Amino acid sequence: MTHGTRLAAEGLTFAYGRGRDVLSEVTISIGEGDVLFVLGANGSGKTTLLDCLVGLRAPRAGRVLLDGEPIDRIPIGERAKRVGLVPQIHEPVFDYTVGEVVLMGRAPHLGLFARPGRRDWDAVDRALEVVGLRDLRGRVYTEISGGERQLALIARGLAQGAECLLMDEPAAHLDPRHQHEVFATVARLAGDGFSFVVTSHQPNSALLYADRVAFLVNGRIDAIGLPASVLTEKALQAAYGIEFDVISEGAGRRAILPRGTRG
Amino acid sequence: MTNARGRTAWILFGLVPALFLVALLVGRYGIRLDETFRALFAPTSGGDVLRALIVRVRLPRALAAACIGANLAMTGAAFQGLFRNPLVDSRILGVSSGAAFGAALALLASAGTVGLQASSFAFALVAVGLVCLIGLRFGAAPLVLVVGGVLVSAFFNALLGLVKYVADPLSSLPSITYWLLGGLNDARWATIVPLLVLTAGGLVFFLAVRWRMNVLTLSEAEASALGVRVRRFRIAVIVVGTLLIAASVAVGGIIGWIGLVVPHVARAWVGPDHGRLIPVSLALGAATLLVLDTIARTALPSEIPLGILTGLVGVPAFFLLFLRFLRARGEAR
Repeated sequence: MTHGTRLAAEGLTFAYGRGRDVLSEVTISIGEGDVLFVLGANGSGKTTLLDCLVGLRAPRAGRVLLDGEPIDRIPIGERAKRVGLVPQIHEPVFDYTVGEVVLMGRAPHLGLFARPGRRDWDAVDRALEVVGLRDLRGRVYTEISGGERQLALIARGLAQGAECLLMDEPAAHLDPRHQHEVFATVARLAGDGFSFVVTSHQPNSALLYADRVAFLVNGRIDAIGLPASVLTEKALQAAYGIEFDVISEGAGRRAILPRGTRG
Repeated sequence: MTNARGRTAWILFGLVPALFLVALLVGRYGIRLDETFRALFAPTSGGDVLRALIVRVRLPRALAAACIGANLAMTGAAFQGLFRNPLVDSRILGVSSGAAFGAALALLASAGTVGLQASSFAFALVAVGLVCLIGLRFGAAPLVLVVGGVLVSAFFNALLGLVKYVADPLSSLPSITYWLLGGLNDARWATIVPLLVLTAGGLVFFLAVRWRMNVLTLSEAEASALGVRVRRFRIAVIVVGTLLIAASVAVGGIIGWIGLVVPHVARAWVGPDHGRLIPVSLALGAATLLVLDTIARTALPSEIPLGILTGLVGVPAFFLLFLRFLRARGEAR
């Protein structure tokens, strides 16, 4: 599945100001068509890792490579054409249309003084088509559902031209159907060669949708590899501090449940 | 679908020249349309008094009204986007408080119109400069800038109080009070040149970068990930906006509400895309102040301070917009 390495972190160590290390010697790599899930408890450094991977934060040690090139040597506009950040859905202050939100993804392709034209709107239409939101282009972004917003933010990353998308908890606040739609879209795009790093609080989503899983515990990569081999009862307990059962149901289907009080 | 909002906005760009002409025609001394055109375009014919009235008094004043209205509204729209807060107006960074203190100081020293303008302009820049110094320590984050603006405004208001306290209650205190109410009665060619030059530059800047300003309404991380140098861009918008407001206040005194209300009306009309919001805001701001200044000059036997009129009109307008917003939310839920 994995061809060339697209995005890699080598010995990445990061701290805010002079504080303690939030990330310690993180080494991961994402190839073409790869979906890497990053799991970890609250405060384990997942969002910081995405910020570093997209080049927004300079590490204290180690480096991030985008297509083999140190990311801090790539001009910010060029970088934005290759790697995109898909943030958690949020309530924007102004009531932009879905089309206008996706159009902002064209910023790296437009000069400081330029305004978007036909070509940019075509890119918006293509991106919306891919995520299945073509009909929502003129709708107000604040009035569509959470799942649709998350898909629109993916479309913005596509309009950006980025082939590597970093998603911060895309399933947060979504019902099971919308979670599935978002991850099914991710899987489909991965089939077309797009690469994803996805942070999540749902080990079961990782089982279902990830090619590989990394556990981030206190800023360190505790385990990385195939979902079935990484998502063990021992690793889950190390990450979250409570006990879990990994239930096998035959035909390779598994489910992860916290060991509850109701037996 | 996407262009459904604001199909009617083009009317505005015809309205501004029309209102400008009205401002030239209407006044305590009524002038006919043909006389106005003759005075403007055929300066050799017609009476010298008429020509002097139109060319030396009403023309610069109407230009000042249009420029100041455009500046306040355009900068208000830009700052609301930059601070990601629709309740922000062009005075958020302490421009007006600094300008008011500078003007009061000049009036206390009886410095004359040029001195007053220079002092007001300079202290407006000092106030915003202080806010930016505070803000830059923390990466020009909107919250820090807003808090800095509140602090610096309060500080200059205290200084203004001090100037008023020591001012002669019979001469300089009334002139300070009157200046603070805002008005364009000092607008002459000699006094509006800096305003005209800065407005022209500011218009070019804001119109050029207007689409990209949409990206500033996103979080800093999102905007940076879209390839925008957020901090640099923010500082540029703040610097240009501040110069426009400082030049406007130096000529017109404290004129409130335009910078808050006009962008809201514009947004309700054409939507939040700065590609349309900026031109519509500036045209609507120019139109509004042209109308209000014409009323200020003509409604009563003596001139009504412009800042009072903008408040009387702006507050109910804002309240109506707010009601509309509440109703829209009520329906949505």
